[in-house]
Formats: sequence, C-alpha cells, structure tokens
Amino acid sequence: MTATQSRRRRRDETPDTHQFPTRPYDLVREFVIALGVVVVLTVGLAAVFSSPDRKAITLQDWARVAPNDVVATATAELAGTSTSASYGAPYNNASEGQKIGPLALQKLGGVQTPVDSANDLVIHPLQTVSGDATLTAALTTWTAAPDATRTGWATAYSEALAAVPDGDPGKVKAGDYGPVPTLATQFRTLAARGGLETLLADNAFYPSDQTRALLLLSDGAYLEDQARAENLGGDQWGMMNEAGNYPGQPWMWLYTFWYQVKPFSTSGNADALVWGLMMVLTAGLVLIPFIPGLRSLPKHLGVHKLIWRDEDRFRRV
Amino acid sequence: MTRAEGTDRSWTVRLRRRISRTVPEGQWLPDRQPAYVRSWIYVFGVATLAAFLVVLASGVLLAIEGEAWWHVSSLGHFVNSMHLWSVELFMAFMVIHLWGKFFMAAWRGRRALTWITGAVAFLGSIGTAFTGYLSQSNFDSQWISTQAKDGLNAVGIGAFFNVLDPAQMLLWHIVLLPLLVGFLVVAHIILVRRHGVVPPFDAVPPAAQELEPRTAQVTSRTAHKNPPVGSPSVEAPDQEATR
Repeated sequence: MTATQSRRRRRDETPDTHQFPTRPYDLVREFVIALGVVVVLTVGLAAVFSSPDRKAITLQDWARVAPNDVVATATAELAGTSTSASYGAPYNNASEGQKIGPLALQKLGGVQTPVDSANDLVIHPLQTVSGDATLTAALTTWTAAPDATRTGWATAYSEALAAVPDGDPGKVKAGDYGPVPTLATQFRTLAARGGLETLLADNAFYPSDQTRALLLLSDGAYLEDQARAENLGGDQWGMMNEAGNYPGQPWMWLYTFWYQVKPFSTSGNADALVWGLMMVLTAGLVLIPFIPGLRSLPKHLGVHKLIWRDEDRFRRV
Repeated sequence: MTRAEGTDRSWTVRLRRRISRTVPEGQWLPDRQPAYVRSWIYVFGVATLAAFLVVLASGVLLAIEGEAWWHVSSLGHFVNSMHLWSVELFMAFMVIHLWGKFFMAAWRGRRALTWITGAVAFLGSIGTAFTGYLSQSNFDSQWISTQAKDGLNAVGIGAFFNVLDPAQMLLWHIVLLPLLVGFLVVAHIILVRRHGVVPPFDAVPPAAQELEPRTAQVTSRTAHKNPPVGSPSVEAPDQEATR
C-alpha cells in the first residue's frame, strides 16, 4: 500500500455501495407513483386554494387614489431628495452606496441603468404635454434656472407640503417655490390621465423595462402603505410573503430573518451585510463535504438512526 | 485499416465507452438497491424529481399562451395555480431531501460532487422561483421587485441583473435558470447512479468482513470496476430477510 493510498483510506473509509447485499427495488414504479401523487396534490391544491393575483397598481391608480402623494413624490424628485434621486449605483452617482466594511460592491458595479430622477421621471414626461401655456412657461422657467435655484424651490415646496395636513397642495402657504407647484400638480394631472408608464419607458411601443416607473412608484408612500396593509413590509417578513394568505417563498426564511434582528435591522448597510452573510452561509452549505467538524457533525447528531434503523447489521462483526 | 482500428477511431464508439465508464449499464435503472435503503426519506429524491416535471409542464403551458393569459382566463389562472402549488411541493420535497442527505452525511465515499450539484440546484431553484414571482406582472411582482433591488444593488449584482425589468426577469425565469437547474438535476442523477446510495456510518460489506476485515474496505472510487447493482454476480445473502 502506498502512502497516498493510506492517507486516502484514513480520510474517508466509506465502503463501496456495490459490495453490500441488495434487495429488490422498483425505481420506475416508485417514480410513476410519486408523479401521480404530485399531480393529484397539485390539482387538488390549485382547485381548493387557487393563487393570488392582486392587480398591479398603475400610476393612474396612484394619482387618483393618492393624488397628494404623487405631488409630494414629484417634488422630491425635483429636489433630489427622493430615494431614487439619492440612491447611487446602478442608477446614479448621488451616493457611495452600501458597503461591507471597506468593500464598496455597490459602487464597483457601476451606473449601468442611468436614471436622472428629476429629468427622467418628471420633466421629460411633462415636456410631452402640448397646448398648456402655463405648463410650458413653468418648464421654461425650470430649465433656464441654475441648479441651486431649482433645488431651493423644490426643497422649500417639499417642506411646505410636509407642513400641511395630508400634504394637500391647496393648503400650502405662499412662498418662493418658483414653477415647482405648477410642475408637481401638472404631473399629477398627467399621471391621472393614464399612460405615464409608457412615457417613462425608453421604448414607448414595447415598454418592457419598467425601471423608471417602478422607481417612481416606490419613491412614493402609496405602494408601501398598500404592502404594509398586506403584511408585506420588510419588518413583517415581507420578502418571503405574497398578497393574501398564501405561503409565498418560505424557503427565503433565513434571508428575511436577518432583517428582523440587530445589527442588521438598524444598520444603514443592512442589505449589503445580509447579502454578505448569506453568501458566506451559502458557500458553507455547498462546501460542507470539505469543512472539518461540520462534515462529521451528522454522525454525532444521531438522526441517522431513524433512517437506518438496522444499521448495526452492517457494522463489523 | 483493420476493423479494430476503425472502431477505435469512431467517435460513436468512444462516446459509448465514455458513457459506459461514467455509469455502467445496469446502474442507470437498477432493479435492486442496497439492503440498507429502507426508509421513507429516500422517497423524497424521487418526489422532488416528479414535482420538477409538474413544474416544467405547467410552466410550459403558461409559456405557450403568454405572460398575460393567466390574468384574463380562468383556465390560465388554474394553470398558474398548478404552477404555484407544484413549486411549493417541489421546494418542500427538495428541502426534506436535502436535510435527509445532510443527516446521512451523504457526501461520504467520494460523493462531494453529488452533494454540491444538489445544493447548487437548490440555490438555482430559489433563483428560478424568485424570478417567477417577479414575472407575475401584478402587485406582488411590483412590491417584491422594488424591495429586492436594494439587496441585489448593495452587492453590485443589480448592475447586470435588473429586477425592475420584467422582460429580463421573465427570460431568466423561463430560459436561463431552468436550463441551469435542469443541467444540475441531470448531473446530480448521473452522479447518484454512478456512486450509488451512501452506506450507513461505519458500515462494512459482509463479503469484506469475511475476506480480510482490516484491509478489505474500498471506496466508491472503484465503483466502476465492480458489477452494477442488480447484476447476476451480486448476490444478496440476506435477501429474504430484507424483503
């Protein structure tokens, strides 16, 4: 016996399966029966429980049901204070993004889906409206103003909206808001007419990419309010659930779990940290056969005695 | 050129030999299994495969009629419900199968690659299900995509995997990830058939005990040299007792 063979034997002395006594086993019959049972179970569950299909929220729905939220969101886009406007990669360079310690993976990914929130989400759609002299004048004033002035107008109007009940634009006190009130309320009118999603897409005829429409919708409060009412919030184990009383994605329980506990629940880098941790745990799952201690753990847990109830029969006599 | 030389150069013959070396004839569909294979836990591997086929079949039906079908047709909605529940069953069976294999330490005996292909297939299945939720074009896909983007963007994955683009997610869901999972499932099954079912801890084949108790253990590295399970040369000394 060579030294190499000896080392291999010490490492893993599991004998060859094919040297053990055998018993009849009809694999094909087992598979056919399993397939039949799965089909019956699937049809039965589908017939009894169906599946959820709550209609998507259109931007028109949003403007009609929560018009003040649309005005506030449009104003935040113009002020550069919305979530998307201050996001960072992959949409813009407005922030460094999240990090795992010194590792800035978000920034390293680069700006691959450029989104200029003020222009792409608000100004460009408004520029497609024709025949409205007030709006045209407001757009002209906006585009001619320096960046600092625009930001000042939009920030002031955003704060004024936040100060009145329900963010009602009609109750805002007079102030130096420039053309922002006109732009924001006209944006609400445009959304309420329907079809804003198409104006936000690059390819208007085949608008398959909904990045801008979804960023705009999620910048507002309405989508999250609706989700929380369905118990889908991030702190409600939302990622693994779906609308209604359906199981959703229970296999994502561990990923969702980390968001519920400190330090992740209070960290500004929670997403990056949870992903980093899950990558380590995932690598551990895949590489269990090579991790000393963990790979021999099952032998000591004893659960195998429930599987091989007569395993003593196969041990050395 | 002699006939033997011609045969040696034949790509067909070489492929046939390669396949035979990987999984010898008789091990693909053996009609016998080691006597220690006597537990309900073994059923969940086959159940996972059966559920996978139902997932594929219901998914194919949805693909034939297009992504909007299930929103406007009661039959389409029923097929979508079948797709949803077969996925739930598939994932449940696979998780039970995975835990069962963990408690058996089923990576022993040069079966590490079998474990790895199974674990990666599990991860690929999570990704496939996730992109399915993003492709529903309803409220759930709106909410899940706007929430999930933050995690993916935070580690740079969102730079090329845009969960806010339903067309991209649909292609991942119905083409790329099913191809990956399908490939891993096939590889996993080939490895299971090649190496056989892992024996209990500290088990020793009776024949090895009789011949030379201290040195006769062999690893499954030599499996291809041994007669396949179910071949006439493999006797079952306690066959009656195990029935």
